[in-house]
Amino acid sequence: MTSGPEPAQPAQSPPPALALRGLWKRFGSKVAVAGIDLDVPVGSFYGLVGPNGAGKTTTLSMSTGLLRPDFGQVWVHGQDLWAHPTQVKRLLGVLPDGVRLFDRLTGAQLITYSGLLRGMDRDTVAGRAADLLRALDLTADASTLVVDYSAGMTKKIALACALVHAPSLLVLDEPFESVDPVSAANIREILAHYVTTGGGTVIVSSHVMDLVQRMCDHVAVIAAGHVLAAGTVDAVRGDGSLEDRFVELVGGRSAGEELTWLRTS
Amino acid sequence: MVAHLLSLKLTLLRNGLRRSVWQVIGLVAAAAYALGGTAFAVAGLVALSTADTGLIRTVLVLAGSVLVLAWWLVPLVSFGVDATLDPARFVTFAIPRRDLLTGLALSGVLGIPGVATAVVVLASALTWWRDPVAAVVAVPCAVLAIATCVVGSRATTTALAPLVGGRRYRELAAVAVLVPFMLLGPAVTALTNGITAGRDALPALAEVVGWTPWGAPWAIPADVTARAWGNAGLKALVAGTTLVVLVAIWDRSLQRSLVTPASSGGGGGGGRRPRGLGAFARVPATPTGAVAARCLTYWVRDPRYAVAVAVVPVLPVVLYFSSGGAGNGLLLITGPLIGFLMGWTISADVAYDSTAFWTHVAAPISGRVDRTGRVVAAGVIGVPTTLVLVAGSVALTGRPEALPALAGASLGLLLTALGVASVVSARVVYQVAKPGENPFASQQGASLAAFVSQLAGWGAVMVLCLPELVLAGFAVGTGSVALGVLALVVGVALGLLLLVVGIRVGSRVLDRDAPQLLARMVAFG
Repeated sequence: MTSGPEPAQPAQSPPPALALRGLWKRFGSKVAVAGIDLDVPVGSFYGLVGPNGAGKTTTLSMSTGLLRPDFGQVWVHGQDLWAHPTQVKRLLGVLPDGVRLFDRLTGAQLITYSGLLRGMDRDTVAGRAADLLRALDLTADASTLVVDYSAGMTKKIALACALVHAPSLLVLDEPFESVDPVSAANIREILAHYVTTGGGTVIVSSHVMDLVQRMCDHVAVIAAGHVLAAGTVDAVRGDGSLEDRFVELVGGRSAGEELTWLRTS
Repeated sequence: MVAHLLSLKLTLLRNGLRRSVWQVIGLVAAAAYALGGTAFAVAGLVALSTADTGLIRTVLVLAGSVLVLAWWLVPLVSFGVDATLDPARFVTFAIPRRDLLTGLALSGVLGIPGVATAVVVLASALTWWRDPVAAVVAVPCAVLAIATCVVGSRATTTALAPLVGGRRYRELAAVAVLVPFMLLGPAVTALTNGITAGRDALPALAEVVGWTPWGAPWAIPADVTARAWGNAGLKALVAGTTLVVLVAIWDRSLQRSLVTPASSGGGGGGGRRPRGLGAFARVPATPTGAVAARCLTYWVRDPRYAVAVAVVPVLPVVLYFSSGGAGNGLLLITGPLIGFLMGWTISADVAYDSTAFWTHVAAPISGRVDRTGRVVAAGVIGVPTTLVLVAGSVALTGRPEALPALAGASLGLLLTALGVASVVSARVVYQVAKPGENPFASQQGASLAAFVSQLAGWGAVMVLCLPELVLAGFAVGTGSVALGVLALVVGVALGLLLLVVGIRVGSRVLDRDAPQLLARMVAFG
């Protein structure tokens, strides 16, 4: 990791909300991310799609300070994340996938913890926690330990923790997994509102193409640690649906004819 | 199918070893240990074979019963039954139940404790070599004994699993089981005294135990030697019935657990009690305060911390009884010991967080906030507890002049342990029981890294505390209050200094390495 004097600073103005430059990460002999460059414009609703094991979670972890890249830089609103982690992490709201929460806290305590860790005062945290619990339909479970939550409720409380300090860049890894359709619609509305009127930027990873096509204005297709296509959703998908374009880019579709024995008679 | 299950177990074992060198080292160490124990036991059995049959009988029946009971009960309270082949994973496969039971039972023998037990139990047949008939009978009896051990352990753990399925029960059990283990020392002392006093009663005891489910398979060859065919037959009936009943219990509870998995147990009715923000409402509204509040909540709510708290009342009792009453000075080390233990608890703090540690990595906080918050929480609990125990031990032993010296040693140990642990837990994470994990599932590869880091940390704390420990030792030995006050001053001052240094160093390490610590814990799964 270089923390030298400002290399490869993205030269747009205003600088993108998130700019990745040459990110690499290797686990043992497996290269998870192999040189990813990506610009996420301010005010965009950015979808990150890719097959399982494409490097989505690894990329998002490196973009939020949770995982140190082997090579490359991460710029958040023009500031180098890995050179000034404490300063830059203030701007970020993070919902990682596949990690635990401090689940011996109640839902309300967990949101409070998240807010206080970011130096917010007690009254603001209390007010926002109540608002978030209401918006995510968790008020009745505010005093239940998070360990006793269902999978969908756990996602929602983690999202509340990512939102409580009103970050300018929200990075959400699989935010809709195991969330019921009503809650998912509520969450989409909250996020869309945050982008259109709140001036925020949202990045979500998903492998539900349909959802990304409807919800996001930008999309990047990642496979095997590379960016295969990136831009506005309309530019990436062209004339077809995003799903068709995705399959075309990623490949690996097998015709159903191989399983000739798969029938009941 | 049975062969499939056995090869699956071996494959899982092999793949587990491929994942980490530490697991290989752990396995080799355990194997060496087991080999030594087995050799020792076999040698003992060979030596025993030349003794007269009465003695052979007494020793085999009593030792064998202890072995069987250990297989039945120890998994409940400590190591857990090997969960490599979790029956719940086979729910969706149409495996005939008989095959599943046989496969799981045989796979239970495939492991270091299983193989060691099998070798020793089979070797016990050799002790009867002077009577070929008994020796021949002893072989099926040995197999019966091994089956009773393995099936019994599966039966007890599976049958009792629903009882502790709920989170709250599990947590209580995890803490409660520790207490008898801590009292084991005094109990063994009492037992040895009892045995030496009542040695003449042992043959009679063995006679009785020989009729129990756990003693019967061991007593049959002895009856055969005595040509008491009737007794031997009846005992074979007892042993056979035992095995059948155990299989039935296991089968029944396995069926039940497959239909209603224990993991679905929620918090029960108690979880809905309206709670406020608890400690979060009482700390200063700063990041450091928040970390302290979170840690305090965990000290109360997380059974893994409660273990450290449970030691507090038990340790004085152990020391009191093992020293033979209040007059003895041994009770005086209660305060220093507890101070050290409570301070050292946070050495596993980050490991206990597991991957939830990402919350700290993602937050815009420096390592110092993390370190300080954890130390404050441990101090809030540790300092009063330690001081109360010091005062109590001084009062009980009638040594008020030792108060300042002991307070100095205890606080010095507590503060220094907090400081050293702040560095250790920023550097080393190792696999600990995960949050909410079933205490019946054994910990895979609690590794040598854990052991080494603990040992090195303890050594460092001891060396760093030498000044106040030596002063306190002289003060208590000579009864000098002046020396004691000096120990108190040195202990508190030096302890605080080391604590500040520990937090500083730990913070710097954490600022640099927090993402790597998180990555390691993510890799633990």
